[in-house]
Amino acid sequence: MTMLLQAEGLRQYYPIRRGAFRAPAILRAVDGVSFTLEQGKTLAVVGESGSGKSTLGRMITLIERPTGGHLQIDGMRAERAGRRERRTLRRAVQMVFQDPYGSLNPRKKVGTILEEPLVINTKLGAAERHERGREMLAKVGLRPEHYARYPHMFSGGQRQRIAIARALMLNPRILVADEPVSALDLSVQAQVLNLMMDLQAEFQLAYVFISHDLSVVRHLADEVLVLYLGRPAEQGPNRVIFDRPRHPYTRALLGSTPTVDPARRRERIVLTGEIPSPLKPPAGCAFNTRCPHATDRCVAEPPPLRPVDGRLVACHYAETMA
Amino acid sequence: MPLLEIRNLSVEFPTPRGSFRAVDGVDMDVEQGELVGVVGESGSGKSLTLLSIMGLIPFPGRVTADRLSFGGRDLRGISAAQRRRITGKDAAMIFQEPMTSLNPCFTVGFQISEALRVHLGGTREQNRRRAVELLERVGIPAPESRLRAFPHQLSGGMNQRVMIAMAISCNPKLLLADEPSTALDVTIQAQILDLLVELQRDHGMALILVTHDMGVVAETAERVVVMYAGQVAEQREVDRLFATPRHPYTAGLLDSLPERSTERSRLPTLPGIVPGAFDRPSGCLFHPRCKYAQNRCVVEEPELRGDPYRGQGGSLRCHFPIDWEGTGR
Repeated sequence: MTMLLQAEGLRQYYPIRRGAFRAPAILRAVDGVSFTLEQGKTLAVVGESGSGKSTLGRMITLIERPTGGHLQIDGMRAERAGRRERRTLRRAVQMVFQDPYGSLNPRKKVGTILEEPLVINTKLGAAERHERGREMLAKVGLRPEHYARYPHMFSGGQRQRIAIARALMLNPRILVADEPVSALDLSVQAQVLNLMMDLQAEFQLAYVFISHDLSVVRHLADEVLVLYLGRPAEQGPNRVIFDRPRHPYTRALLGSTPTVDPARRRERIVLTGEIPSPLKPPAGCAFNTRCPHATDRCVAEPPPLRPVDGRLVACHYAETMA
Repeated sequence: MPLLEIRNLSVEFPTPRGSFRAVDGVDMDVEQGELVGVVGESGSGKSLTLLSIMGLIPFPGRVTADRLSFGGRDLRGISAAQRRRITGKDAAMIFQEPMTSLNPCFTVGFQISEALRVHLGGTREQNRRRAVELLERVGIPAPESRLRAFPHQLSGGMNQRVMIAMAISCNPKLLLADEPSTALDVTIQAQILDLLVELQRDHGMALILVTHDMGVVAETAERVVVMYAGQVAEQREVDRLFATPRHPYTAGLLDSLPERSTERSRLPTLPGIVPGAFDRPSGCLFHPRCKYAQNRCVVEEPELRGDPYRGQGGSLRCHFPIDWEGTGR
């Protein structure tokens, strides 16, 4: 299996200015995230808003340069890449955004939208671009006559299909999908998820699937990465994480997710309080302010990410959580 | 007599191409202290149904009903002044986006005491004390100091709590909640839902919870109304609805939930999309997407009828409901 994506200790810090006479504060949006992703596999990134999951997506898609750590995409070191290398890398990684109403230019026809990546990145002639565009449109389940229409003439699900088609125009190896189905209706959500699974099988795509919907993640992820305040709380194979979560935060996330099946309902762990400000993360374990099991040790000493029972988990008491 | 009684409620909007029925013949009864869930996709008319109960349908929308009564009072053709006496007092509503439904120009303390002042009178000091009490009740830490906070200084979850505090300030008999937790993170969503259910139990208040999340209704509601394209498709007691859905739309929606299928398999889908304003099919509105549709469904629109399947009260709008007999469910 080819390793497409390798991240080690990835960090993204933003300086926040606090006026002329005070030193800028440092917001640690992503603070030491490591993972690998193989061809044809799906890595799901889960967490609440403010957990850094979208920032991670922006680093993988080369929209932002990481502040520190290593990021290797398709065998190339992204953080060292020069202009030309970054151009090639950008073709390997593409992105699908959450809101298909905002991510498609309303003034351009679907055909123009699909062909644009080819205009910018390849030397293909107009006829060939056209042909590729039509081919891709058929692949995502839209009809040829849709090629000359504008985005407003489509429903949300169809627009998300167009956005996916656009992302696939350059034959990328990795697709970063930031909440791709959360803006869609239930019955349409399933259609788009099926499409994404079909395309993954056909093109051997690697997905980085950013989502807060745990039932969707459980359905299609191979690996799961749970982030809390920019740091990994728990990461490992889908089954291991969902069947035997060991971090209290993962357990709370699973317990708060409503489910229709009474047999599948877990012990409801309702967390008190909200996610702390990333500008002032709590000392010790970042989760200690909301954790039902927190002790003095959790306030004093940040837990390292360590292997327990087939996954990595950052909790002092991971062994006793079962 | 039910607290809220709705018969044949319709909401129409005039358009250049003729009038469009966004809500079409909805029947709904809500008993005192009952928790009813209303589910549906966007465009199913679930929010408009709530808005028409509150009299908040904007001009040129037209509300018609054979019966629309709340606590024995007829809400049809009620004057604006009379309506205001009910709204916010006996019937209150909370909305999806707490950030946009609170007024950004006033402190949350002012906004809560305003509701108290208008409906119950009372001195400034009494209302302030009651506002503190309410904030405490909805789980806001340090309520005294929060009174002076503006909505932008609070998080989404906190603002939603403020909205709830406002809504319950006059001990309403009926609370309408339109996607109250959709804009929030899962852990906060769980807190807000627990709070709503707790308030509903403690105050014996009736609660209508509108949502698109099947999991949310399954875990909170006692009875569920499933809406499709402005109509009630099915209405049933919650456990029955999820175990043995009778309407093919309900069954299709439940099947397409990822949590109901085996991992990594293709999800069963409902083909097509919800019909919009101008592509409404003939006969049963669901027939183009229904796998059980027959000729009769194309020509004849099914009525909403009582459907006491397996001894449970319920109602259904379908010619050929699913029979689970012999399937082991």
